[in-house]
Amino acid sequence: MSVRVLRPGMLTTVQDLGRPGLGALGVPPSGAMDGFALRLANRLVGNEDGAAGLELTLLGPEILFEADCAIALAGAHFDAQLAGRPLPHAEAVQVRGGETLALGRALDGLRGYLAFSGGITVEAVLGSRSTFLPAGFGGFAGRALRAGDMLSLARGKEPDALRRLRPGALAGPASPAVVRVVIGPQSEAFSAAGHATFLASSYSVSSRSDRMGVRLEGAPIERVAAADLPPEGLAPGAIQVPGDGQPIILGADRPTTGGYTKIATVISVDLSLVAQARPGDALRFAAVDVAEARRFWREREELLASALEPLDR
Amino acid sequence: MPSRASFRWVGDRAILRELSGDLVGANRAARVLRAELAELAAGEVEDLIPGARSVLVLLREGTEASGELLEMLAGEHLGAASSERSGRLHEIPLAYGGADGEDLKEVARLHGLSEKAVVLAHSAVVYEVGFIGFSPGFPYLFGLPATLATPRLATPRTRVPAGSIAIGGEWTGIYPRATPGGWRLIGRTDVVLFDPRCDPPALLAPGDQVRFLSR
Repeated sequence: MSVRVLRPGMLTTVQDLGRPGLGALGVPPSGAMDGFALRLANRLVGNEDGAAGLELTLLGPEILFEADCAIALAGAHFDAQLAGRPLPHAEAVQVRGGETLALGRALDGLRGYLAFSGGITVEAVLGSRSTFLPAGFGGFAGRALRAGDMLSLARGKEPDALRRLRPGALAGPASPAVVRVVIGPQSEAFSAAGHATFLASSYSVSSRSDRMGVRLEGAPIERVAAADLPPEGLAPGAIQVPGDGQPIILGADRPTTGGYTKIATVISVDLSLVAQARPGDALRFAAVDVAEARRFWREREELLASALEPLDR
Repeated sequence: MPSRASFRWVGDRAILRELSGDLVGANRAARVLRAELAELAAGEVEDLIPGARSVLVLLREGTEASGELLEMLAGEHLGAASSERSGRLHEIPLAYGGADGEDLKEVARLHGLSEKAVVLAHSAVVYEVGFIGFSPGFPYLFGLPATLATPRLATPRTRVPAGSIAIGGEWTGIYPRATPGGWRLIGRTDVVLFDPRCDPPALLAPGDQVRFLSR
């Protein structure tokens, strides 16, 4: 069972939930930038959360299905046509062999996740099917998809495993707007004025952003200590501030260690907002504490568990 | 707030434990702590990322840090009793200078040395791998003679060739693949430092020793 790529889109890669646990080898986790959206897409088609799907960026691909399967699109909304009919968002759809899915531009957000029932079965590298573009391994031949690529799929579950998102169940903000952070780990490296700048200013997402880091442009953050530290492990969502005072939010392909001071760290639930921020979008930051951040995570998990319903049959 | 001797939260699922003392001692203490944390095999731990003088504990999403884990992170962890040099010795053949090490001339000039003197000093040392970081298989090596310590470039290169041997501050290291980088390039090797299909994928491990052999 396979699908053929007719047109690759802007940057379409195979991603699962990453290869965690290899930091000591210098290997980043990679995986979906918006892991929550990939999990949702997988659940819609009856897959395990960690099945491999496609991460689409801004402009989606065109895909020909060589056999029947089910698909679901989550994350950013895309202009999407399946055999000439609009493809619903966050809802499993049965596809027949010979049909073509044409994905156009993202209508909001940056990254869409396309799950296939059964999941994509590229060979796992270091325990994951995720693509790590900078080193060229994992995913499909270690690279973004190109026209002509053939992706193999595993056999999916029965059609009664298919789901849709209940309307309004996971209503998120249309634009990222406010990203919540836990201050630190190097809060002492920044002046009171620097902290005030960070929490009161609006930052614009730079076009130089990628899966390693979302670069922001705005009021420089004043520091009281040097920008350099002995290199230390980098957490997902860590916000490093190099000497120029412009923050960088670290993504799934981040270096495992780094030596820039970090003013704050994006909380786990809001990594999806960062993943969906487009170049030119404005972001603001709001501080919460660790306990609150963990509560937000639990609440969203409870919401996800109750947000899906069977398709009408 | 946690004191310097303790740990600090990094976001909602990571904890950073820094070790005190001089860099070599703190690095060895961090390696010992990382090994102890790995042995604890706490189910909530997703990754233990070593740094120059720290360990970053990354927790699995939705899990809580156990009391046992927090207790170990809050402990003393002095480097004194830690393991001494015990790793394998790797000999890395390389070519110094010229097109293979574009910054050798500048490093020599900054230190008032001849290029030959820099090469002799750099290749006379048996280095120790402090940790692997930054990118897959990149070794941070201890033991650079103080006379060769050189600040990083003010503006990093957008592309450093694979196999480049470089100096960054008090460290020397090897770029396993072409990446952006701000260290001073002094030589180049053909040795493959990282192959995701090998077991282990990284040639070098913390505690291993490295000697550079000038071709």
